[in-house]
Amino acid sequence: MQIILALVIGALFGFALDRNGATNPSVLGRMLALKSLGLMKAILLAIGVGSILMFGGQMAGFVDVGHMSVKAAYVGVFVGGLLLGAGWAMSGFCPGTGVCAVATGRKDALFFIAGGLLGAAAYMVTYPAVEATGLLNSIAGGKVTLGTVPGAKYDGLMGLPGDVLGIVLGLAFVLVAFVLPERPDGTDGARAAAE
Amino acid sequence: MQLNWKVGGLALGLVFFLAVLLVKPIGVSTQFVILDGIVADIVNPALVTETDGVYTSTNAYLAKSDGKYAKSVANPLNYSFLFVLAMMVGAFLSSRLRGGNGAQDNTIPMLWYVNFGDSKVKRYAVAFVGGFITLYGARLAGGCTSGHMMSGMMQTSLSGYIFSAGAFAAAVPVAMMMYRKEG
Repeated sequence: MQIILALVIGALFGFALDRNGATNPSVLGRMLALKSLGLMKAILLAIGVGSILMFGGQMAGFVDVGHMSVKAAYVGVFVGGLLLGAGWAMSGFCPGTGVCAVATGRKDALFFIAGGLLGAAAYMVTYPAVEATGLLNSIAGGKVTLGTVPGAKYDGLMGLPGDVLGIVLGLAFVLVAFVLPERPDGTDGARAAAE
Repeated sequence: MQLNWKVGGLALGLVFFLAVLLVKPIGVSTQFVILDGIVADIVNPALVTETDGVYTSTNAYLAKSDGKYAKSVANPLNYSFLFVLAMMVGAFLSSRLRGGNGAQDNTIPMLWYVNFGDSKVKRYAVAFVGGFITLYGARLAGGCTSGHMMSGMMQTSLSGYIFSAGAFAAAVPVAMMMYRKEG
């Protein structure tokens, strides 16, 4: 059953990424250079919709709180984020969209994947040294959510009800998605849209 | 064709919800490690070992968290690894249905071409270096754009916000410096 779900949800995710233009490095580059924010609006909306449905479903009782998987907070999360951000902007790919871009026929994505496999291998080899720096030591409680989610195995950073907070933040993401201008410079982006 | 951001974002949000409803939140970058491990384990079968159903590895990273990654390396037909392979199938189908990217864009994407010209070597070299930095960073952070940014912030996880702050703090200035012409 898990295998079938992996195949179905994975395929839907790959399909949705491609249909949002996320497999196209030009779309990614224009987004990160803050020239054309259509994909950013889609991502913000997706996070908001996902959040509202998940926490709403938990409150209604049909989403298993145990399915949540919260990653630990440590200084290396920020440092790793900086590195990923730089590589993402340079290449126009992130790990998921790079894999999908290969499947759409992009040859440069193959080089991204090759570099990525080497980078992951480099981390496997250097992991003990990285760990020794203390960069991986938990901060602010490690695996925490912003509010305290009822029934979850994770602590909350704040005592606020985490499910209500999740819905409020989800609505905020949706709001920002709608308010954010598609073209921050005010042009109509006709040329970009014509492609 | 590319979807309107409202339809596209809604579709993407529904997929993220479906994943957490039925199984667990979406993540991708760990599978680069798993593939590396699978290949390395073929070259050196002593890398991952199993004793009474408990997996471990001579590599400290694969052995961490009670051999969680070592187990996935030994059993490639697991949910998360197949998920990434299925993503490729989905993206492939979508791209075929919209008629593909075109031969030129498949070699050098438009935005790259207008800013840096037609050298394939240059584009491939930067994509390779970018991939290296991206995955090293993702593994240091413990997740990527999927696992930390989207799944993480969706679950109101603190780490997702920390990761996203770092990612955009680097990505935006780098992209603004590199892509001055829009194409």
